[in-house]
Amino acid sequence: MKSRVLLPIYSLVALRFTQGSVWSAEKADPALVPNIFAPESTPAHAIFDLAVFVLAITGAIFVVVTGLLLYAVIRFRRRADDDGVEPAQVYGSGPIEAAWTIVPVLIVIVLTLATARVVHELQDARKPAGALDVQVIGRQWWWEVRYPKLGIVTANELHVPISQGSERSPTFLDLRSADVVHSFWVPRLAGKLDLVPNKVNSMWIEPERPGLFLGQCGTYCGTQHALMLLRVYAETPRDFARWVAQQKKLAEEDPSAAAGRLVFERTACVNCHAVNGTVGDGRFGPDLTHLMSRATLASGAVPNSPEALRAWIKSPDQFKPGVLMPAMNLNDADLDNLVAYLTTLK
Amino acid sequence: MNDALTTGEIGSAMTSGSATAAQPTVFDSIQSWLVTVDHKKLGLMYIMYGLVFLLVGGMEATLIRIQLAVPDNHFLSPQVFNQMFTMHGTTMVFLVGMPIIFGFANYLVPLIIGARDLAFPRLNAFGLWLSVFGGLLLYFSFVGAPGMAGAGGAPDVGWFAYAPLTGKAFSKGHSTDYWILGTMIGGFGSIAAAANIITTILCMRCPGMTLRKMPLLAWLNLVMCGMVLLCVSPLTAAQIMLLLDRFVGSHFFDTQAGGSAALWMHFFWIFGHPEVYILIIPAFAFASEIIPVFSRKAIFGYPVMVGATVAIAFVSMSVWAHHMFTVGMTSTGNTFFVVSTMMVGIPTGIKIFNWLGTMWGGKLRFATPMIFSIAFLFQFLIAGLTGIMLACAPWDWQLNDSYFLVAHFHYTLAGALVFMIFAAIYYWFPKATGRLLSERLGKWHFWLFAIGFHVTFDTMHIPGILGMPRRVYTYQAGRGWDLLNLICTIGVAFQAIATLILVVNIIWSLRKGRPAGNDPWDAWTLEWAATSPPREYNFAEIPTVRSRRPLWDLKHPGDPDWKYE
Repeated sequence: MKSRVLLPIYSLVALRFTQGSVWSAEKADPALVPNIFAPESTPAHAIFDLAVFVLAITGAIFVVVTGLLLYAVIRFRRRADDDGVEPAQVYGSGPIEAAWTIVPVLIVIVLTLATARVVHELQDARKPAGALDVQVIGRQWWWEVRYPKLGIVTANELHVPISQGSERSPTFLDLRSADVVHSFWVPRLAGKLDLVPNKVNSMWIEPERPGLFLGQCGTYCGTQHALMLLRVYAETPRDFARWVAQQKKLAEEDPSAAAGRLVFERTACVNCHAVNGTVGDGRFGPDLTHLMSRATLASGAVPNSPEALRAWIKSPDQFKPGVLMPAMNLNDADLDNLVAYLTTLK
Repeated sequence: MNDALTTGEIGSAMTSGSATAAQPTVFDSIQSWLVTVDHKKLGLMYIMYGLVFLLVGGMEATLIRIQLAVPDNHFLSPQVFNQMFTMHGTTMVFLVGMPIIFGFANYLVPLIIGARDLAFPRLNAFGLWLSVFGGLLLYFSFVGAPGMAGAGGAPDVGWFAYAPLTGKAFSKGHSTDYWILGTMIGGFGSIAAAANIITTILCMRCPGMTLRKMPLLAWLNLVMCGMVLLCVSPLTAAQIMLLLDRFVGSHFFDTQAGGSAALWMHFFWIFGHPEVYILIIPAFAFASEIIPVFSRKAIFGYPVMVGATVAIAFVSMSVWAHHMFTVGMTSTGNTFFVVSTMMVGIPTGIKIFNWLGTMWGGKLRFATPMIFSIAFLFQFLIAGLTGIMLACAPWDWQLNDSYFLVAHFHYTLAGALVFMIFAAIYYWFPKATGRLLSERLGKWHFWLFAIGFHVTFDTMHIPGILGMPRRVYTYQAGRGWDLLNLICTIGVAFQAIATLILVVNIIWSLRKGRPAGNDPWDAWTLEWAATSPPREYNFAEIPTVRSRRPLWDLKHPGDPDWKYE
């Protein structure tokens, strides 16, 4: 335990202080830090503006009250030359107490009105004609993403168009859960909203510039809640159209991978996974039709590559202990063939 | 009950008491604690029970922080980590907070209202042993219950135990059953204690102590116990429903059969939110006794303080769904809970100002209880302000279930409640033991704990703002969370050392502490008129009071309080 815990701590402390970097030794790319104070989408902006307003008011209260407290502690401390006489006993004061009742009442009224306005603005927003509809279904521990009007099913990644100028194309999300309560949270795009079984929740995002925005499940949902990560790609309308066209294609037939496809179709893979155009139509796990177009495996647990894919299939637990996908116990030849087949699913 | 003892009976009780005290065997003294119905012994056992679990819960927190000190850490498996935060939360609320506040209420309420015991001494003992049994049952799960995903042991569904994660389909084995039964039985104990304290305060105040002349500590405990009666019951009801789901196949929360996940949330938070006020109102009670004594002034605005407490209790019963802003309520529903939650800020603000008003113009003595109380004021202010931020529903959509939220409620429960529990220990320890705790160790305890607290919990707000959710067993490098988490973990070391100093201080002072006398702080309420420690019957003669500060009247016969109240 000592070496496993303390050594990294020592080395990290050393590393960080020599680097003098505030955020991270791993050089966190600021664009990838899911900072709620770096909003990039209309709802996140509205929340940010409210937050700044509330921070200003609470900051002022903090300064005033802390100032009074400090003043009282210093000014009214018992001095060394104290005469031992008790100070004047004051039992209260109607006018003073009325004053410090009325001021908080006024502050609360202002804050409540400002808040109610944003609640209404975000929750009761009308869906514009150009809006995109996406269904997000939370599952232990990954995200199923469906574009019902486009016929696309994918996982753990959301591709959405950006709004440019007056041409608004927000994305409206239908949130559902297949098992327990999850929460959809991509801090730079919007606040979180839960995915509750037997309930359809609705929220919207509207990114203004292309980019990758990271998020993850916000409500504890079981063993691997921590690795239920989510990536949102905001794309220009052209890039988005290209992505849609690519995702709509059937899985390509690559004759060299026929042996691997046979493994896929003849093992339990197909019980949980679907690949368009094969017998595999399982829905318990992620759709694999365009597996290699995605950046990560296992809902962000590990970057996607043929090597990682092989290791994952061999023993999913090593990347994501407690994951519901079992180790498939394939022999090496079958495993190689299967990975070769899966890597053709672009 | 025996509340009508005659003088002769007191005399004979004293003689027989001293006869056994002459030659007590270890067995006798253990037995005297096990079978006691004395409110002071039961109170001390409640507090000891809470302090032991404070150490246990603290160790669980330490394991959590070690795991999160660096990204991609493998110190704890996800299963164990999830058990640790579940047990940490459950322990701190049910096995630390509740027993300690009931322990102090048990010990102090009869003394401060001039009574000889609680109204129902046997019920009191029953409540304590139920709570102890509940706690032990919960911890028995470590050896008794296989959990989800093959993990052996303790519950891993979170202290809030959201459905349907607690259903048979997702939580196999019996760990969740231990959580339900352990906390439910502890809840029975709380209900028993609350009913007892309410009865005592309403029926057994000494002559002259009208409700308007009752010390704030008694008032606030009366309010707290009223809240326990109202809000522990919904949790118990929900837990029985969950047991039915798990054992006889009902479908209250079984979403796969059409049950409702949100129903559990409503039940849980209509308990869970008032629960934090149940925990914090006794902290207010301690502050309302300690700050006046160490400022050498009467509490400022007594009627307003009482009114504000009742208002907090009343409003806090209608704010529960601010824990559910992200569940997808309508905009009207969300706005209602924004309004009700903001309203709690008004009486709370009044209280802070009244404590300041009490200090204003006083002669402040910075003994250990007072410095803990001043830190409480500062930290509770910040907790209140971050609470306002979380009450703004849209901002809560960002902050809810992030580390910002974790920092916020640790500011209330550690920064306010735990600081006031420490203050109360330093303040009333001499009454309970006859010896003062060491001031020197007390100052070390305070400064180390305060530094550790601020290093950990000030820092912890930031990863939340940077999008780090709570209850994650690990996080990837490159999100900007690494250094901040490391700093949070470093702060824990200070808090751990500080807590150790408290333990040393208690053990050392029990043997070698300076003798306290009856009234070491030159205080004004009735408990300081009793001997230290008080005799089993508290007062040889039931006192008669004319004001809220009977000992002030006694010490200043020329200028008594009752002329002004």
